[in-house]
Amino acid sequence: INAFSIFKNIFSVIASLCFVPADIISTVEFNPSGELLATGDKGGRVVVFQREQETKSQPQRRGEYNVYSTFQSHEPEFDYLKSLEIEEKINKIRWLPQQNAAYFLLSTNDKTVKLWKISERDRRPEGYNLKDEDGRIRDPSTITSLRVPVLQPTDLMVEATARRVYSNAHTYHINSISVNSDLQTYISTDDLRVNLWNLEITDQSFNIVDIKPSNMEDLTEVITAAEFHPQQCNTFAYSSSRGSIRLCDMRKQALCDTHCKFFEEPEDPSTRSFFSEIISSISDIKFSHSGRFLMTRDYLTVKVWDLNMENKPLETYQVHDYLRGKLCSLYENDCIFDKFECVWNGSDSVIMTGSYNNFFRMFDRNTKRDVTLEASRENSKPRAILKPRKVCMGGKRRKDEVTVDSLDFSKKILHSTWHPQDNIIAVAASNNLYIFQDKVA
Amino acid sequence: MFPKGTKRKFSDSGDEPPAGSDDVNQPSSAAVRMLSSYSLQRQSLLDMSLIKLQLCHMLVEPNLCRSVLIANTVRQIQEEMTQDGTWQIMTQALSAANAAAQCSADRLVATEVLCRQTEAAQGEPAPKPFPAVGSEGCSAEEVVVVEEEDEGVEGGVIMSTVSPQAPTAYLPSTFGIDPCWEEETGEEEDEDEDSEECASGSEEGDNDRLVEDSRTAEQVFGTFEIKNPAPSPDPALEELFSDVDASYYDLDTVLTGMQSAPKMGPYDLLESLSSHGPSPLSSSTSCRSDLNELDHIMEIIVGS
Repeated sequence: INAFSIFKNIFSVIASLCFVPADIISTVEFNPSGELLATGDKGGRVVVFQREQETKSQPQRRGEYNVYSTFQSHEPEFDYLKSLEIEEKINKIRWLPQQNAAYFLLSTNDKTVKLWKISERDRRPEGYNLKDEDGRIRDPSTITSLRVPVLQPTDLMVEATARRVYSNAHTYHINSISVNSDLQTYISTDDLRVNLWNLEITDQSFNIVDIKPSNMEDLTEVITAAEFHPQQCNTFAYSSSRGSIRLCDMRKQALCDTHCKFFEEPEDPSTRSFFSEIISSISDIKFSHSGRFLMTRDYLTVKVWDLNMENKPLETYQVHDYLRGKLCSLYENDCIFDKFECVWNGSDSVIMTGSYNNFFRMFDRNTKRDVTLEASRENSKPRAILKPRKVCMGGKRRKDEVTVDSLDFSKKILHSTWHPQDNIIAVAASNNLYIFQDKVA
Repeated sequence: MFPKGTKRKFSDSGDEPPAGSDDVNQPSSAAVRMLSSYSLQRQSLLDMSLIKLQLCHMLVEPNLCRSVLIANTVRQIQEEMTQDGTWQIMTQALSAANAAAQCSADRLVATEVLCRQTEAAQGEPAPKPFPAVGSEGCSAEEVVVVEEEDEGVEGGVIMSTVSPQAPTAYLPSTFGIDPCWEEETGEEEDEDEDSEECASGSEEGDNDRLVEDSRTAEQVFGTFEIKNPAPSPDPALEELFSDVDASYYDLDTVLTGMQSAPKMGPYDLLESLSSHGPSPLSSSTSCRSDLNELDHIMEIIVGS
């Protein structure tokens, strides 16, 4: 399966709307094997889907994702000291690679990270001596012989338990979590600080980046995202609201305030406006699977950076440049502050990000071709092929094209994820989850 | 900077007409229109940004990233306006207006802004950028929001006072909004203790904050202060304040509407404010429904 097939418009719907949570989806993430797909929502709930195994009897069901587990990860809290409510909305979910039969994921709201264990139980012990099958205690006088309980198969039960709760380490809102390749540590990031945790230890964390100025009135820049390098366990990167990325090496010093590398593209003076800074604010960063590149998303573009070249990005892709002339309105209705995520496909050849009107965009890095697709109920009957969409700037509108003015800015695709190996994508549009895959067998 | 003999229109307040010392040598009207249009746009962007920052305070916990970005935008505009001299004009007018003010009326900055915009919209030339603020003292348009202690309103009130002192240093970095960014307690300056009680907090907290904020207010535009109304000796003003209560509730209604329907832009807010400017008296029935709205908001804020 190569990326080129995507642009033959053969993405089809395999399992859309199989589950409509009551709340707006706030994060989606495949696990490292692609077998599981987790969504977090505004109500603090996590729903995990599992991919159907191929069976000879039902080959057409290959690849469908069904609900595997649902649990309440976070509850709303009240900070009595500050008289503030802490939202239960799940900001991010990150899976740990599977090391045994159970699955582990980290989920976080604004303040607290939790480690959840999802495990199956398909057997239960039966044949107790002191109690019968219903659990009622047996009268000891009726027991005449002893038996050894044996494990008998039962219906599959999936249970989720909170194994660790990492709390009280963030004054500001957590925007990212990232598991280290060493599988022992992870970082959690808020607007001003990055903290390093050991997965086993919940009552302490190390602060490794702190950009809080001594006088808060001098604050002009915040951290917007951070991620560990996929292979180098000592390297991580964080992005800022000013459009810069800093790559840090934890071996150099304990407090990584000084960066190893600083990535920033000089501003183009011809496009400068009062909104330049806001639209340069990076909403998401993702290392490529290879670890050679770093992708960043700002309001209008996606950029791919070569880690060896700091002064400008390797590639820049326009997501919705037709919005450039509408920045004032988008500022007025706050859409300019929307934080879109971006994702790599498994081979790092295609990148994807969301837009408005429930559109999402894919860019093939090799052929430089791009496509706009839409996640909507009308277009998403199962097995339907997605049709490419086009936005026209104005003037003559061809059939099927959408004008800029008719875009629905309340329908935005902020969160999406790509299967680590296959061409399967999951896209969250408000409270609907869409799963698409290409049809090539 | 302005040609002699030329009547200075409001819309030209930020402009520097390129040539001429009298009407004959006026630059082409198109260029002037373009400049004034830019100036107006810039001004409206500034106003919008200030309102957004004020509304940040209203939220339970302000989004730091958003606040920083908006504040940086305001700073940029401020710097540009300082460079072309508009800023000094505005602040001088403000201080002059304060000196002439008959009362220590609390005004929403947006209202002054609104007056300016209204003037511009009506096409009336004004001798200076803040005609309404001037020697008239407190007109109904300006006194928008009043905090009533016995109403138990906390933190939801956003009012600002134009600083009585002449603002001397307009440091771009100082804004009264800063306390709201600081979420830590204790170790920082006193402002910070009350920083997060923007949306809710004790009356005492508000009073403490007043003291702190008055320091920053001196340096600043005069925004984002939360003050109790100074008791006015003037009975006419008392009446004025009581009229304004209704406006306040409507402000809350407007803002509630804003939270539930985020597409409502700040200009709608300004419109709502302006709609109460000329006719401060509201019917008691609207007051009652607005009171219910207020209770509702307080419930949300306090999280009962």
